[in-house]
Amino acid sequence: MERTGAQIVWETILREGVDVVFGYPGGAILPTYDAMPAYPVRHVLVRHEQAAVHMAEGWARATGKVGVCMTTSGPGATNLVTGLANAMMDSIPVVAITGQVASNLLGGDAFQETDVTGVTLPVTKYNYLVTHIDELPEAMAEAFYIARSGRPGPVVVDICKDVQNAKIDWTYPETLSRPGLHKALRQEPSAVLKASELINQASRPLILAGHGVQMGKAEAELIELAERAQIPVVTTLLGLGNIPEQHPLALGMGGMHGEAATNHAVQECDVLIAVGMRFDDRVTGRLDRFAPKAKVIHFELDPSEVGKNVRPTVTVLGDCKQTLGALLPGIQPATHGQWLETIRGWQATTHQVDIADQEVDELIPPFVMRQLWHATKGECTVVTDVGQHQMWEAQYFTHLRPGQLITSGGLGTMGFGLPAAVGAKLGKPNELIWAIVGDGGFQQTLQELGTIVQENVAVKIGIINNGFLGMVRQWQQFFYEKRYAGTPMLSPDYMKLADAYGIPALRVTANDEVYPAIQRANAHDGPFLVEFQVKEEVNVYPMVAPGGAVGDMIRRPGPAIVQGYSGVQPSW
Amino acid sequence: MKHTVVAWMEDRPGVLTRVASLFRRRGFNIESLAVGHSETPGISRMTFVVDGDERMVDQAVKQLEKQIDVTRVEDVTDQPVVVRELALVRVRTDTQTRAEIMQIVDVYRAQIVDIALDSLIIQVVGAEDRIDSLIDLLGHYGIREMVRTGRVAITRGRATLHPTHAVNGAGKTNGRKMGI
Repeated sequence: MERTGAQIVWETILREGVDVVFGYPGGAILPTYDAMPAYPVRHVLVRHEQAAVHMAEGWARATGKVGVCMTTSGPGATNLVTGLANAMMDSIPVVAITGQVASNLLGGDAFQETDVTGVTLPVTKYNYLVTHIDELPEAMAEAFYIARSGRPGPVVVDICKDVQNAKIDWTYPETLSRPGLHKALRQEPSAVLKASELINQASRPLILAGHGVQMGKAEAELIELAERAQIPVVTTLLGLGNIPEQHPLALGMGGMHGEAATNHAVQECDVLIAVGMRFDDRVTGRLDRFAPKAKVIHFELDPSEVGKNVRPTVTVLGDCKQTLGALLPGIQPATHGQWLETIRGWQATTHQVDIADQEVDELIPPFVMRQLWHATKGECTVVTDVGQHQMWEAQYFTHLRPGQLITSGGLGTMGFGLPAAVGAKLGKPNELIWAIVGDGGFQQTLQELGTIVQENVAVKIGIINNGFLGMVRQWQQFFYEKRYAGTPMLSPDYMKLADAYGIPALRVTANDEVYPAIQRANAHDGPFLVEFQVKEEVNVYPMVAPGGAVGDMIRRPGPAIVQGYSGVQPSW
Repeated sequence: MKHTVVAWMEDRPGVLTRVASLFRRRGFNIESLAVGHSETPGISRMTFVVDGDERMVDQAVKQLEKQIDVTRVEDVTDQPVVVRELALVRVRTDTQTRAEIMQIVDVYRAQIVDIALDSLIIQVVGAEDRIDSLIDLLGHYGIREMVRTGRVAITRGRATLHPTHAVNGAGKTNGRKMGI
């Protein structure tokens, strides 16, 4: 079949089951846009290309498929860099199609020419510069394969304008022959056996489960392992929902803002079973004092993550659904009653000291997170931005299933929340989607309100407005003697802003308004914005100081929580 | 400790950039890097000398293996290998020193590949320490110019390192030049 380069792009996208593309047209990608109307693809016109890649990420996280974004050359492509870096850090499958100047102009500093493969090289799993139509069919097919296979990640296909117009006799390359695409893992044959022996001998075992569990769809195997040997489960930020947080063995998130009981468990365990996680510094704190009593078993798909930060005693390489599945038959039932009792003791203290979930006189963000859970019965997907609100969501929203939280983990990309929520909503149209964002992050990508209205994306937006870049302010309070340099932030009148876009909105300033406002937003058929004007200087507790050991936490200063409308103000 | 690492990779545009970028970003120290064709068309072979502790070298090997273009990586440091490096040295001479230098060249089993009135070009092939030692000696006469290739390595007999990448279609270069 004779096809133009542009047609090959669309036909490959459709073969991947992708029916939404987030993009922004321009000169160098025009031939591909011109071919688009002939294909059953929904194009979402963003207001800035950074949002296109964040939307593709949100869509990919919600659907499990490869998200696609499309931009023109030069500035269109360079605006993708932040989102690509985010997808690289969080292993999100994304293919970015970028137009490039005609091949005969390459290297001559033509209008809107940028070395896109050069610029994106360190922030992509792979990238292509396609200068000839012969190379396009394989480049497109490989791009999707690379993006979703193994440890997923972003791939850029930069296509010269003349290639988009050129014709070729095309058939979809069913088999991809490049040797580098099919590398076998060097698995030690006895790895699974050694892992089961260590687990069976453990007296204080602990599971630390990350994003890989969700990407490998291994939640059932994980829970079976936990239940059979009564092993408590800590998750990373991106691993929240691996195990329902109401499960008696679920300890919630560990790390810099993990609950104290959870971090104590990490420091005291004797066997640490790490599954699909990479020992990020936000999880480990100071490395040489991380889990000092533990032998570590690392279940991991990417060999380069093994031994990078923490040296495991046993390494089990591979897809964790398979490896955990192979492990289970060798696991003996156990109770670990004393160990679980110790953890429950820590948890009781934690609840007294750190948890701020009681009603207090002022409107504080943790209360909003709890109410969001109650008002949705936990039946929604939350997409957050980055900062304090993100940590409060992680701590105070009870995640019940994988994928319930979509957030920017490794890169910590402010501005991610709103566009990623749009992508998630388009990926799961029947799901209630709440974008929970701070006033800082929201203002980085609020231009996407235009996209939301134009595409009628029924996403609910909750702005946690504390008038500061809150997390940075918290660091300034703790480590820079409250010198709030560059952190106080003015917001526009969000009611007027929403009104300008034609989005209904509510402002919430008191506790008793929170629940009804969320309910009203949920009941509205379409996008809805709620601004929560919360108390300004509230901190996320506990906190492991950067460079400190995970067990050394800054706790909420006493007297901690004051219940009811007492008139006595707690310390924040 | 210095490790010799051999990597095979598809001969595609940008592959050297990828490898160089990886080493820079991860902070791996490359002492030397030699690149050329391998016995398989379309597959290049790189020999790295990486200086670092076990953990760093282990990471370097794994990060290289992770690259899509890379088909295989081997740390051959502890294997029986033939290791060679080539140097070309242009050394200052006059009528008095020429014979003396030629004697040294003989001892080192090096070769004289160019003679001018006031200089000689000496080619020496061997392990690094032998080349270092010769260069040290020649330094007394005055080295005007020098170039070294960096280490290349190949395993001895039997246990020959043979990349398992001779799959269908591999090695196809689409007529492109070495992309490196």
